Amino acid sequence: MSKARDALLNPIVNENPITLQVLGICSALAITNSLRSALVMSLALTSVLAFSNMAISLIRRHLPDSVRIIVQMTVITTGVIVVDQILKSYAPDTARTLSVFIGLIVTNCIVLGRAEAFATKHGVGMSFLDGIGNGLGYSVVLIVVAIIRELLGTGGLIGQPILPLAEEGGWFQPNLMFLLPPSAFFIIGFLIWGVRSWKTAQVETPDYRPLTRAETGAD
Amino acid sequence: MDNLVAIFVRSIFVENLALAFFLGMCTFLAVSKQIKTAIGLGAAVIVVETVTVPVNNLIYTYLLRDGALAWAGLGHLDFSYLGLITYIGVIAAMVQILEMFLKRYVPALYHTMGIFLPLLTVNCAILGASLFTVQREYTFAESAAFGLGVGVGWALALVMLAGLREKLKYSDVPDGLQGLGINFVTAGLMSLAFLAMAGIQF
Repeated sequence: MSKARDALLNPIVNENPITLQVLGICSALAITNSLRSALVMSLALTSVLAFSNMAISLIRRHLPDSVRIIVQMTVITTGVIVVDQILKSYAPDTARTLSVFIGLIVTNCIVLGRAEAFATKHGVGMSFLDGIGNGLGYSVVLIVVAIIRELLGTGGLIGQPILPLAEEGGWFQPNLMFLLPPSAFFIIGFLIWGVRSWKTAQVETPDYRPLTRAETGAD
Repeated sequence: MDNLVAIFVRSIFVENLALAFFLGMCTFLAVSKQIKTAIGLGAAVIVVETVTVPVNNLIYTYLLRDGALAWAGLGHLDFSYLGLITYIGVIAAMVQILEMFLKRYVPALYHTMGIFLPLLTVNCAILGASLFTVQREYTFAESAAFGLGVGVGWALALVMLAGLREKLKYSDVPDGLQGLGINFVTAGLMSLAFLAMAGIQF
């Protein structure tokens, strides 16, 4: 049972797909300027990930090595087309804001990466849990970044005002910088810094480090 | 003609796929360690974008779009939902051809690029460019200018980041920020600079 728990919970902080595995960053940066699109995107990605992992795990024993990437891509693309069509018919406005990024789940490296690294080697149930876990890890980062950006950029969340705006007599002056692309880079960069200061095992070793005074022998 | 030049220049600087739309980030951060590899990969991206974007545009206009099959007397069919799977197929085929070509005629470059060449298939900058042409309803000529522009823009950003990282290697970065973290911050600063070009009118 603990293995199942690990598959589900490990990807959330310890092996987070975005901050440690460096997978699926494109959409994490692009659609986080509003919480609503981040939530929809998280849901879409988690469901595609869980079901493609499950489907690939089901056929893993019958899949010749030489054509496996093509088959995996086909399975993933089919899942994404289903999600895309559902969104277009039930939430056309959100689908329009997310524009090409739902389609880009196809090339999101988390999906292919987990299919390749996990689903081809594990059973159906575990693969499903791994899909959900990695989807949650991705969602956590997405939601945190989206909350920071939308709150500081507009003073509200999902369109609901939270901080009193200066132009309506309050004290908060929205910082439009947070809605622009560069802020996403900075926020994720500092988020990684935070996570790695907490989980020091994730720190990367530098290629080159200047000698300290003691090491040079100069005194 | 002016229109095409405007699309070309805008897609390099203002709407840079890597820095304004965050496409192809995985490769962007992974392959920007050395300028030499970055130039090779950048060239491959330019070639693949220049070919796949117009080809996908033709497929969409004459086969998939609502009423596109009118030339075959099947105007009532709408295959646009098959778009994704078709584009990814075209891209995978193009990458495969490029790989065979390089292996035969430029083996040195083929060996430097190694694993990254097949990975171009799942590079979202390439699929993203095709999806953008569909969404913005570009004509064939416009999509060709756009394809070349986004390829050049992405390659430019990649080579610039590689240059910065070669210098950054010798800086004393705090432990937790080392590697991935500092790369994000560097890319953010570059993105700020590219954003400043948004005010240029063509």
